[in-house]
Amino acid sequence: MPKHDTPLLDELEKGPWPSFVTDIKRQAATKPECWDILGQLELSYRDKITHWKHGGIVGVFGYGGGIVGRYSDVPTKFPGVAHFHTVRLNQPSGMYYSTAKLRAICDLWQKYGSGMTNMHGSTGDLVLLGTTTPNLEPLFYELTHNLNQDLGGSGSNLRTPSCCLGKSRCEWACIDTQAVCYAMTMKYQDEIHRPAFPYKFKFKFSGCPNDCVASIARSDLSVIGTWRDNIRIDQAAVKKYLSGEYKSNAGAHSGRDWGKFDIKKEVVNLCPTKCMHMEGDTLKIDDAECTRCMHCINVMPRALRPGAEQGATILVGAKAPILDGAQFATMIIPFMKVDAENEFEDLVNLIEGIWDWWMENGKNRERVGESIQRVGLPTFLKVLNVEPIPQHIREPRSNPYVFWESEEVEGGWDRDVREFRKRHAQ
Amino acid sequence: MGYDPQNPMADRITDIGPPHYTELMPPVIKANFGKWLYHEIVQPGVLLHVSETGAECYTVRVASARLISIDHIREMCDIADKHCGGYLRFTTRNNAEFMVDSKAKLQPLLDDLKSRGNKFPVGGTGAGVTNIVHTQGWVHCHTPATDASGVVKAVMDEVFEYFTSMKLPAQVRIALACCLNMCGAVHASDIAILGIHRKPPMVDHDAITGLCELPLAIAACPLGAIKPAKATNEKGEEVKSVSVNASRCMFCGNCYTMCPAMPLADPEGDGIAILVGGKISNSKSAPKFSKLVIPFLPNNTPRWPEVTSVVKRIVDVYAKDAHKYERIGEWAERIGWEKFFEKCDIPFTIKSIDDYRLAYNTWRTTTQFKFTSHIK
Repeated sequence: MPKHDTPLLDELEKGPWPSFVTDIKRQAATKPECWDILGQLELSYRDKITHWKHGGIVGVFGYGGGIVGRYSDVPTKFPGVAHFHTVRLNQPSGMYYSTAKLRAICDLWQKYGSGMTNMHGSTGDLVLLGTTTPNLEPLFYELTHNLNQDLGGSGSNLRTPSCCLGKSRCEWACIDTQAVCYAMTMKYQDEIHRPAFPYKFKFKFSGCPNDCVASIARSDLSVIGTWRDNIRIDQAAVKKYLSGEYKSNAGAHSGRDWGKFDIKKEVVNLCPTKCMHMEGDTLKIDDAECTRCMHCINVMPRALRPGAEQGATILVGAKAPILDGAQFATMIIPFMKVDAENEFEDLVNLIEGIWDWWMENGKNRERVGESIQRVGLPTFLKVLNVEPIPQHIREPRSNPYVFWESEEVEGGWDRDVREFRKRHAQ
Repeated sequence: MGYDPQNPMADRITDIGPPHYTELMPPVIKANFGKWLYHEIVQPGVLLHVSETGAECYTVRVASARLISIDHIREMCDIADKHCGGYLRFTTRNNAEFMVDSKAKLQPLLDDLKSRGNKFPVGGTGAGVTNIVHTQGWVHCHTPATDASGVVKAVMDEVFEYFTSMKLPAQVRIALACCLNMCGAVHASDIAILGIHRKPPMVDHDAITGLCELPLAIAACPLGAIKPAKATNEKGEEVKSVSVNASRCMFCGNCYTMCPAMPLADPEGDGIAILVGGKISNSKSAPKFSKLVIPFLPNNTPRWPEVTSVVKRIVDVYAKDAHKYERIGEWAERIGWEKFFEKCDIPFTIKSIDDYRLAYNTWRTTTQFKFTSHIK
């Protein structure tokens, strides 16, 4: 495969940010199909339109997901990318790698693929970009036999669960996100590999309400670490922030002179519930009023820590706009212990309760958040046997259109209109 | 023994999942799991985590194009072998992180990274712009309305000074999705760059029969713009097909997802919309959706100057005007969106007034507003 002229893409080799064009050119030395990636992309830059065909179902035996078919619509011009399927590998929780593991994946992809990857895809998978149909089975064989590594999800199934790095390197993680992500991934291998759902379903686990894995915005089941006792305060450390010995926000604002740290302005007054105040140089928090937003902890990480009674808030039903607009996940379970000791039993029961209902009631290509919108949150809470609490809503409804049921009304709905007419003339 | 094509099911291993994460963590991370006390950003791109055991972990965060080659990954491995005991990690925003367990190992690592040209810029921490979460675009997707990697490269070149510094009022999260499917959380980003179509789908009557399930194509339209229709194919035969009521189309592309015979991508129709003011974190204010402030910018390849300049302008104005800790959306809400448009010199158009479902929630139903140049 020859090199193509790429005057437009060459413009993307300039500038301080790493250039994918330079990188693909380098890879072409040992993987000449990379010239055809650039050739076809250059054509798209000229034509201002994609040159990939729609779909194409490919996969490995026994799996309904993990491989996404992709074919060029100009295969004779660029035979190196005529087939260019995606392989999704299930990433390790927290996305730590040994170089031995990464090099083995690189060698596998040198042998069976284009040499190009995404580190990582949006859902979290390690994405291998571009191979042919005949390569899929041998690749899968070596992947499972030699690398002890499986594919991720695609299609109407449980998508590869993902998490923030949790307790491995963060002092704020209130749950062991990696442990629960791994455990749920292993428990639901069948649901990941064999599509049986109305549409995709995503789990994402964040250790605290900062939500570094964006679980509240994009996962059908969002598990976010939280606490229910008091923020742990080290008053001596508070004084060190006041004196300027410790840098506010862990030094995140150090590139600009924002003046001396002002705890009233930067912490107390920015608290959304106004549950903090200073008594001299002592910080007081009325924890019963706290909504655990993390701001004060973010600003003074050496003085404040999440409380010690830790668990997770579970939210359900986030999605991107297709079709009826974007949804954030709705808070369903305010506090749940997320424990490896009982194999995450409470979480598993919740997940399976949601799935049982959604698989029965969800329409084709309807995310669970849309199913909930369609039937209403009250119905969904009843299905899950979750007691309604004010925390489920931002505010009570402002319309009076309550769907009363017959058995809720004294005497029921069966009435005799003739009896009625005896007292009320037509 | 390897794979035997004559007997593909022999010796098959399935459903083994990912490798266990504890096998892949550097010793300092493994030993201090759950024991971390606090962290500090010692300089842009360098984090220090301190454990209750007294152990320290210095992390150097570097940019990556996300679309990277195995040779590039091998180079990362070389760096990790030399400095980090053979371990590294990736972040949820496509950065790579190299970790060392003592301060003495930090400077040699930074020097090494710096010696490798523009491949591994250090930054992306604190009150700055970190890497862009993005999608595939023209390099690998069948439904995009714009490219992804190229736009990201051009935008990050433009705002690069904010990647390597921490001088903004708060972090700015930029995300790009190359179509409305949004394979990433761009609907809740400080600045979202979104590929959009503006021409209704064509119907390929020569291909639709047999290729598409017509009821699914019809049901795919959220606005009921697609109806069953008879049509004549190239051979002059009458075929069962569909018709599109173009005036109802909102260009979501869901029909094309369900039916390959309804392509809508187009060189002139496609381009980029800019949405602003979303956030994920629950810190201070609740998570927010990004709001549409520019309905369309053209796909001016190869460097999208209209997009890069407006992103830079928004970040620059925000940098000057917002209070410390205020995210872009919080700033816009405090000053009022009318002020946002004025200060950022973005023309307000009727396209920013919602007329889709639940639109009423976004209309102003109070006498409180500010007099800006919009009021003549």
